[in-house]
Amino acid sequence: MSTLSLQTPDAEKRTASGPARIFRLLLRDPLATLAFAFLVVVVVCAVAGPFLIGDLIEKPNFRARNMPPFSLEQGFAYILGADTLGRSLLARLVVGARNTLGIATAAVLCSLVIGGTLGLIAGYSRGALGNLIMRATDIVMSFPSLLLALVVLFSLGPSVPNLVLVLAITRIPIYLRTTRAEVLEVRERMFVNAAVALGASHSRLIFRHIAPMVIPTLLTIGAIDFATVVLAESSLSFLGLGIQSPQFTWGSMVATGRGYLANAWWVAFWPGLMILLTTLSLNILSNWWRTYSDPQQRWRLELARRHRK
Amino acid sequence: MSTAPILAVENLTVDFLSGDGRFRATDGVSFHVHEGETLVILGESGSGKSVSASAIMGLIDTPPGEIVSGRIRYRGEDIVDMPAERRRDLNGRRIAIIFQDPLAHLNPVYTVGWQLAEVFSVHGIAGGEEARRRSIDILRRVGIPDPETRMDWYPHQFSGGQRQRIMIGMAIALGPEILIADEPTTALDVSVQAQILELLKKLQREEGLAIVMITHDLEVAANMADRIVVMNSGKIVEEGPAREVFTAPKHAYTQRLMSALPDHDEHKERADEAEGAPVLEVRNLTKIYQLSPGMFGKKKALQALDNVSFVLRPGETLGIVGESGSGKSTVARLLLRLAEATAGTALYRGRNIFEMDRRELLAFRRRVQMVFQDPYSSMNPRMNVFSIISEPWCIHGDILEKPRWEERVAELLELVGLRPEHARRFPHQFSGGQRQRIAIARALACDPEVLVCDEAVSALDVSIQMQIISLLADLRDRLGLAYIFITHDLPIVRNFADRILVMKSGRVVEEGMTEALFRNPREDYTRMLIQAAPKPKWDQAQAMAS
Repeated sequence: MSTLSLQTPDAEKRTASGPARIFRLLLRDPLATLAFAFLVVVVVCAVAGPFLIGDLIEKPNFRARNMPPFSLEQGFAYILGADTLGRSLLARLVVGARNTLGIATAAVLCSLVIGGTLGLIAGYSRGALGNLIMRATDIVMSFPSLLLALVVLFSLGPSVPNLVLVLAITRIPIYLRTTRAEVLEVRERMFVNAAVALGASHSRLIFRHIAPMVIPTLLTIGAIDFATVVLAESSLSFLGLGIQSPQFTWGSMVATGRGYLANAWWVAFWPGLMILLTTLSLNILSNWWRTYSDPQQRWRLELARRHRK
Repeated sequence: MSTAPILAVENLTVDFLSGDGRFRATDGVSFHVHEGETLVILGESGSGKSVSASAIMGLIDTPPGEIVSGRIRYRGEDIVDMPAERRRDLNGRRIAIIFQDPLAHLNPVYTVGWQLAEVFSVHGIAGGEEARRRSIDILRRVGIPDPETRMDWYPHQFSGGQRQRIMIGMAIALGPEILIADEPTTALDVSVQAQILELLKKLQREEGLAIVMITHDLEVAANMADRIVVMNSGKIVEEGPAREVFTAPKHAYTQRLMSALPDHDEHKERADEAEGAPVLEVRNLTKIYQLSPGMFGKKKALQALDNVSFVLRPGETLGIVGESGSGKSTVARLLLRLAEATAGTALYRGRNIFEMDRRELLAFRRRVQMVFQDPYSSMNPRMNVFSIISEPWCIHGDILEKPRWEERVAELLELVGLRPEHARRFPHQFSGGQRQRIAIARALACDPEVLVCDEAVSALDVSIQMQIISLLADLRDRLGLAYIFITHDLPIVRNFADRILVMKSGRVVEEGMTEALFRNPREDYTRMLIQAAPKPKWDQAQAMAS
């Protein structure tokens, strides 16, 4: 008993939450802060970039064709080099953020919400419905995802909403199966039984007791899945079924740059790096959030600061 | 025993870094043990007794742990600063440890024989056939029947007591001189506990083992100890020969602890005999679990309950006693409709619980509440105490209007002996006893009439058990509650229950008023349960001498 009373003299203060508090805790972890800052920059680019950059992305500059990075000859816009048509890579990265993030976020969110919900149902209901959902998932999983994408996009025509739809459908099984497995485990825990004994309704059990235990896992998977979706989208674009020129994304930039890797590596490298950094940041941040949202783990964040002092 | 101690801990101070700074787990702890001697470190959870043992084995994680000062000497040699390699050599060969939960410490995917043989091969003593022969030997010594066949069984095929025997076997396999036993019998039934303690004593006689036993159980401590060290809040408060510490404790804390020992002589009869129409009437309750067969196997059934009948009157306390597997918890699960009964009826105020529709069931669940065994898992770890206690009011919208929740939660917390400001904390920030109080507060939140307590105190320290039971008794008198109190520990209900139901393998073997049952148990099984409580070592010596 002594352990606990000593550990928590300011527990009342600590349990108060709110955006300001979360932010203060976030700043204590340098890695998470960096990740957060990077994501903010990327989102600002995605929102404001197209207005600021304007037509720089379209403008061919033949003097700057395949210009290597880190030279200021053509001005600051060409600091990261230029592609085969002499278009500024920096400008294209900034503008490309909108399509990339938009498509990937929408696809991940869709599959997360749909997969999560169906997984909850499949895990919670013991009846035929759960089985039906699982078998449907098996069918989606047994179908090669690229083939499915080709068929759907070919018949519906390539467009951004269709792209999101296809990407979402192929990723649903991952969330669905994970959620179901976790729900099956959480459902048997004692506190769920305790809630049943109190007379809790099904929706209360699901949303108040089971879902909060499952969501952090889903967010972590979503963060990792983000990269997969960006790359899947780029391979579809590569096949001409994804995003259509003159529209472009980071993924399609990588795909175009692939052919020039031997003599102009930077064309594929920068967008590739952006995809990597975005995914990494999301991952770090979702990990941090998982720790934060678990009252039993939260002390680790508070401890981290003390240790570094 | 005038020789130098085989193991001496001197001035051990261990800190843990936690959210709000340093927390001192042990503070200047010193103790020592001689060959062939049993030292018991007695303390409640959080007293630092396990930390001391972990420090001896080098099992403290650093960080967050930090050994601030102190020496641990094995035959005069300091092992804290010893090179890791030398220390590994010492662990297992010279100093061995057994833990509380044998299932968690045996690897489920290997046979026990394999795991025993591994002990020999890892330490380079024997391999192949030789290791197997030695392992069979060990199993025989710790009393596993038919060791040649059992060698190839997996951990889950053994009972809890047998698993603990196997753990002990692994610990003594290399012939250590010191055995550290960290709560070795806490997870076991009383009768099994007695056997394990007997085994430890036998091994000690044969090998001259020095045993350091860590426990919170006063009776176990008295049964095993030559000398006792009593710890509280990381400090040693009293030390001495077992008999002196038990019969004439000097320190106030020890005195308080000793007073928690259930008193076997005194029993106050409650004045008002429970009467009136029964609240709960259970008739021929039967539950059969269908075990899923293998792909080709025959269907198997497990009879968990067989024709159990009893009644519960308003304001009455009914104790249901039995060892694990006796079906006593199944009764609770069926009564609260957490599982479906196979046959039989349970009438709550004349209505059959098993036939209630949703609306009736909701109303029923307001009046009959349950307190679960394990206060660590019966509360959602992501909800704070306020949301936990107020949950019944979210579910049953008509009990209390929202503005009054805060006030009522504070009231309930005070009723169970906690402070109102605890409402903003999370369950993991409380000790086991405090958590069980929260669980009781939650159960009381919707003004129940019957409280079903399923092993509600068995996960708690002895003195805390007594506190919780007296809290329950107090609530019974103030609120007029009726209890079904399910436990494996017969002595603990002696001062609490009005009537007792003894169960074995799904059947009721004996039923009677508490005092009559204790005085004249009719069944052997009941007699065994009453007598299974360990006897102090000094009494045994006398008994042997006479």
